[in-house]
Amino acid sequence: MGSLFSQIATVTVMNVRSLPRRLWMSLAMVLASAVVVAILLAFLAMARGFERTMDGAGSEGTAILMREGAASEINSVISREQVNLVEASPGIARDAEGPLVSPELYVIVDGIKKSTDSEANIALRGLNARGMAMRENMQLLEGRLFTPGTNEMIVGAGVLREFDGFAVGDEVRFGKNVWRVVGVFSTSGSAFESELWADVKVIQSLYDRGSSVQTVRAKLENPGDLAPLEKTIEQEPRLNLEVQTEQAYFAGQGKQLQYMAIFGRVISFVMALGALAGALNTMYTSVADRAREIATLRALGFSSFSAFCGTLAEALVLAIAGGLLGSLAAFLFFDGLNASTFGGSFTQVVFRFEMSPDLLLQGAWLALVIGFVSGFFPAWRAARLPVIVAFRNAA
Amino acid sequence: MSEDVLFQLNGVSKHFVRGKEEISIFDNLDMSIERGDFLAIMGPSGSGKTTLLNMLGGVDQPSGGEIHFDGSRVDNLRESELTRWRAHNIGFIFQFYNLMPMLNAARNVELPLLLTKLSRAQRRVSVETALALVGLNDRARHMPNQLSGGQQQRVAIARAIVSDPNLILCDEPTGDLDRKTADEILEMLQLLNREHGKTIVMVTHDPEAARYAKRTVHLDKGRFEQREVAA
Ligand SMILES: Nc1ncnc2c1ncn2[C@@H]1O[C@H](COP(=O)(O)OP(=O)(O)OP(=O)(O)O)[C@@H](O)[C@H]1O
Ligand SMILES: [Mg+2]
Repeated sequence: MGSLFSQIATVTVMNVRSLPRRLWMSLAMVLASAVVVAILLAFLAMARGFERTMDGAGSEGTAILMREGAASEINSVISREQVNLVEASPGIARDAEGPLVSPELYVIVDGIKKSTDSEANIALRGLNARGMAMRENMQLLEGRLFTPGTNEMIVGAGVLREFDGFAVGDEVRFGKNVWRVVGVFSTSGSAFESELWADVKVIQSLYDRGSSVQTVRAKLENPGDLAPLEKTIEQEPRLNLEVQTEQAYFAGQGKQLQYMAIFGRVISFVMALGALAGALNTMYTSVADRAREIATLRALGFSSFSAFCGTLAEALVLAIAGGLLGSLAAFLFFDGLNASTFGGSFTQVVFRFEMSPDLLLQGAWLALVIGFVSGFFPAWRAARLPVIVAFRNAA
Repeated sequence: MSEDVLFQLNGVSKHFVRGKEEISIFDNLDMSIERGDFLAIMGPSGSGKTTLLNMLGGVDQPSGGEIHFDGSRVDNLRESELTRWRAHNIGFIFQFYNLMPMLNAARNVELPLLLTKLSRAQRRVSVETALALVGLNDRARHMPNQLSGGQQQRVAIARAIVSDPNLILCDEPTGDLDRKTADEILEMLQLLNREHGKTIVMVTHDPEAARYAKRTVHLDKGRFEQREVAA
C-alpha cells in the first residue's frame, strides 16, 4: 500500500503544481468558497454575539416580576401597592435598609444612529441606587452616577458607541424633557449597555406614571430559588404577577433572534450551491486540461484510483484554501464588530460579533463539503478517462 | 506455442461502431512476436497501427480473438489487473514524449518506480542508471520545457526502461524529431534491444526508422505483409 500512497501523493503534487495553468479558474473557485464561508461565519458570529449579549445580561440571583401575560418589560405595569406586597415577601435578600428590591420603569426614546444617521429606539430605564447595585458587573467608566431627583442620566457604553449626542456633559432632549448626561457605564458587554439609566422617580413624573412602575427586580435570598416568591404570588390575589429569574428572561429574549443563525445557514446554503456550480466547472476543466497527463500515468500503470484521489485532492486544496481565506476575512472584518439590532422590546440592542473556534470549524466543514462534492464527480471522470487519450496524436 | 514467443495474437478482430455503420479495422488477425524481437509496424495512415499497439499494451481491447502474453491470456483481464500487468511488463514511448511538465527529468523517470516496492534510495539509484543509459545524467534536475525534443524523448525512454520491463512499445517515437536526433533515438532503441534484450515494437511511418528494427511488418487493409529486413 506504500505504492498506492506514493502514487496518490505524486499525482496530487503534480495537480497542485499544474494549478498556475488554470490560475484564474482556480482562483475563482478559491474566492467563491471564501465568500460562502465568510458569509456563513458572519451570520453565525452575529447570532452568537447577540445570544451572548442577552445571556450575559441576566443574573440567576435576581428575580424579575412582570404583570401576568406581559412578554417583555415594555408591556408590564405594576402598582405601588403590588411593589409593597413583593417587598414583604419571603425569599428576598435584605440588608440594613430593608429588602433588596428595585422597582423599574422602561420607556422608549429616540436616538440618532452614527452608522446610518437615522432614528432608532433606545431604552430609557428608570431605577434607583439599589437597582444599580443589583447589576453586579456594572462599572462606571466615566463621570459619575445621576443624582436622584434630577434630570441627570448615565449612558451605556454601547449607546455611546452607536449613537450620536450622548457624551458626558451633553444635553439630550426627548420630547419636551431635557436631560444631562453625567456618566458612562458598562455591564461587561451585556444588553444593559444599550440602555440609558435615570432616576425612576423623575421618569415617573415626567412620563405621568404616577406611582406605578413596569417591573420589579428582587435580589433572591438563594440564587435561582423562586419558590417563596411564587408562593406569595399564589396566595395573594392582588399579585397578578409572573416571576422568573432575570437570566431566564433575557435568554428567552435572545432566543427570538435565533432566526439569524437559521437565516445565515439558509443564505450560505443557497450561495454554496452557486459556488459549487462554479467549482464543478473548474474541476471538470482541470480534468480536461490534465487528460493527457492522467492518461499517460494510467498507461504507465498508475491506478484509476490515484487519478480519482489526485483530482479530489486538488478540489479539496482549492476549497480549503478558500475556507481559510474566508475564515481569515470573517475573523478580521467581523470578529468584535459592533452591531445593533432590535431587542425584545423593539429597542436597539448593541452587541458584538463573536467569532470562535467552533464557528471556524463550521466554516471549515462547509469548505470541505464544497471541495468534496465539486471534486467527486470530476474525479470520477478522471478515473474513467480512456487510457488511449495518451496516444492521440494531438499534442 | 514456442518458449520464445512473448506475444501471440489469435484471430484478433477490432471494429468501431460509428453511428449506424460498423468499421472493421482487423478481422481474424494472427501474429506472434518473439522474445528479443525488434519489430517495426508500418502502413498507411488509418490502417490500424496505433490501434494494434494499444491492444498489445492493454490500453485497448480487441472486439474478438485472443491475446496471449508470456503464455497467459491478457485480453480478458479486468481494468485493474491490466493496469498492474502494464506496470510490470510494458514501457511506453510516445510520439509527443508525454512527460509530466511540472516534474523534472529525474522525477519523470521515477514515475514507474512509484508503482514498485522500491525504497526511495533504491529508486534514486535506478533513476540515475536509466538517465545515464540515455546520456542525460547532467539534466536530471531540468524541467521538460528546458530540454530539446530529442532530450525529452530520451527522458521518456529512460522512463520506459527504468522499471526494467520486458517489452517496449513505441508509437512514432521519432515522428516529431529531425533526422539526426531521430537516428540517435533509434540507435538507443537498438542498443536496448541488442545489449539489454528488450523486446521492442515500434510503429513508424519512416522507412529509415524501420531499418533499425530486426523485422518490419506492413499493415494494410487489416492484413500483414511480412518482410525480413537485414539490420
Ligand atoms: N475510438 C475510435 N472510434 C472510431 N474509430 C476509430 C477509433 N480509433 C481509431 N479509429 C479508426 O480506426 C482506424 C485506425 O486508426 P489508427 O489510429 O489505429 O490508425 P494508424 O494506422 O495509427 O494511423 P496513423 O498512421 O495516422 O497514426 C482509423 O480509420 C480510425 O479512424
Ligand atoms: Mg497512429
